[in-house]
Amino acid sequence: MAASKPAHMLRDEDLVGTNLEGLKAAPLRARRVTSVYVYEAPVRLWHWTNAGAIVVLAITGFLIGAPPSTLAGEASAHFQMGWIRYLHFAAAWIFAVGFLGRVIWAFFGNIYSRELFYVPVWKLSFWRELWEEVLVYAFVKKYARKFIGHNALAQLTIFLCFTLTGLFMIATGFALYSDGTGIDSWEGRLFGWVMPLLGGNLATHFWHHIGMWVIILFVIIHVYTVTREDISSRQTLISAMINGYRNFRDDSRD
Amino acid sequence: MAALETFYEVMRRQGITRRSFVKYCSLTAAALGLGPEFIPQIAHAMETKPRTPVLWLHGLECTCCSESFIRSAHPLVKDVVLSMISLDYDDTLMASAGHQAEAILDEVMEKYRGNYILAVEGNPPLNEDGMYCIIGGRPFVDQLKRVAKDAKAIISWGSCASYGCVQAAAPNPTAATPVHKVVLDKPIIKVPGCPPIAEVMTGVITYMLTFDRIPELDRQGRPKMFYSQRIHDKCYRRPHFDAGQYVEAFDDEGARKGYCLYKVGCKGPTTYNACSTTRWNDGVSFPIQSGHGCIGCSEDGFWDKGSWYARLKDVSGFGIEASADRIGMTAAGVVGAGLAVHAAISALKRARYKGDDV
Repeated sequence: MAASKPAHMLRDEDLVGTNLEGLKAAPLRARRVTSVYVYEAPVRLWHWTNAGAIVVLAITGFLIGAPPSTLAGEASAHFQMGWIRYLHFAAAWIFAVGFLGRVIWAFFGNIYSRELFYVPVWKLSFWRELWEEVLVYAFVKKYARKFIGHNALAQLTIFLCFTLTGLFMIATGFALYSDGTGIDSWEGRLFGWVMPLLGGNLATHFWHHIGMWVIILFVIIHVYTVTREDISSRQTLISAMINGYRNFRDDSRD
Repeated sequence: MAALETFYEVMRRQGITRRSFVKYCSLTAAALGLGPEFIPQIAHAMETKPRTPVLWLHGLECTCCSESFIRSAHPLVKDVVLSMISLDYDDTLMASAGHQAEAILDEVMEKYRGNYILAVEGNPPLNEDGMYCIIGGRPFVDQLKRVAKDAKAIISWGSCASYGCVQAAAPNPTAATPVHKVVLDKPIIKVPGCPPIAEVMTGVITYMLTFDRIPELDRQGRPKMFYSQRIHDKCYRRPHFDAGQYVEAFDDEGARKGYCLYKVGCKGPTTYNACSTTRWNDGVSFPIQSGHGCIGCSEDGFWDKGSWYARLKDVSGFGIEASADRIGMTAAGVVGAGLAVHAAISALKRARYKGDDV
């Protein structure tokens, strides 16, 4: 950085005529901020509903695979596994319908609402940005570029670990659900091809389980990176998913 | 060989009264889940249709399918073999042997070209030109292809013929191959199970004879009427599953009380068969009723799908056999530790940040 103050740091005269008039700019570290409306209301609503569904799905899904200890007393007094499975199916419906709604919104929303559903592998700039982002995470480069939507690394990770894995979980999930509703149900007709493809019913359970772990790992990394980026990057992330506005901490060119 | 008699003629010849015959038709309709309006249809079919010749071949197998078949109670297997079908060739049940037996095979194939049903028990091994299974001096795969050529339809008895079963389990040294991968141009009805339930076997045959068509099949080629529901769906221990009451070990209180066997590896939730409704040995019992989990014997590749005493299959290739959960938790631990280190470095870098350089 040059010795002179960056253009976005405000001087005392910049405060004249604002609600901060009369205060000293330097101790306030007052700065000019650019704000962009990135995440529209349906996207935000979907994000948090989806997050809740994933938490419920992971917990109940794990318990279906490894149930809690046996309950004493009459069977008629309990409905533990029944409730666990009920919650899993209810959350799964929310996840699936939400996913469908999110796909539909991609047609109506802004350009950032489409970032989840593709990776621009044909663009040289994508690969360059991906490499830069890797260097930033390896502490080689200090600052990444600014992105209004997702950076290249984030877009790739979300596409693989959320979009594709989520679709896989929906397909395998409905295929497994058709065990109960029957092969002539719409679930059985629509997703009956999944189990033979994956090597049978038990194998489908297995891959559905692996898919859960992929999403759990994604959630861990996602929460870490957005928190870290929110603190130390050149733009806001967490609040952007709450109020929709992404604030940039500097106006410098990349 | 004389012209084939109709079912009715054979039954009358054996001293069965008209009254018993009609009763038999209504029982058959009930066994197939059909309404009373189908009874005249069944009776008419049995009065007019000649008995269908069935050729029953045995490949690489243990004869458990035959053992199961001869214990059918509804209908009695004697009714099936003596009255309903014309079981012209079945080397374990027939009286003749040697050249005489093989001659019958050729005769039936010639006389009823395109009209006989081929039932296959076991499967052909393909390695070493099929030399691992020799019938009448020739590889079984040759016999199978020869008889299949002019068959009307093929019934794959048991998991061997349907999927490969134990002899096709990894590493499958003889390349035992299910029938549908050897015979590609015939309708094949899979009746999996190790063995299949006797009543399911005779039920499939009865249906095919009565209606002169193959039963409705599911995506995998199994008759829907017997394989459209899981053991789990009709299991009498299902209430314990829903309640959350499980056998944790085979000698615990839950085992004595008859709780759900899910945690000790019961494959009922992933197995399509009629055991929990039809049961075995004239409806006496089935594996879960006698306290052992279902091993999923009617599912494709059940020998290779991991332990019969664990819920999910293990994953080899990690040095040890590891479960999906252990892999997932290890990965989560590694990623968590990596992120902790990354966060620490990020914090150190951040501590030197003055807050206004960019």
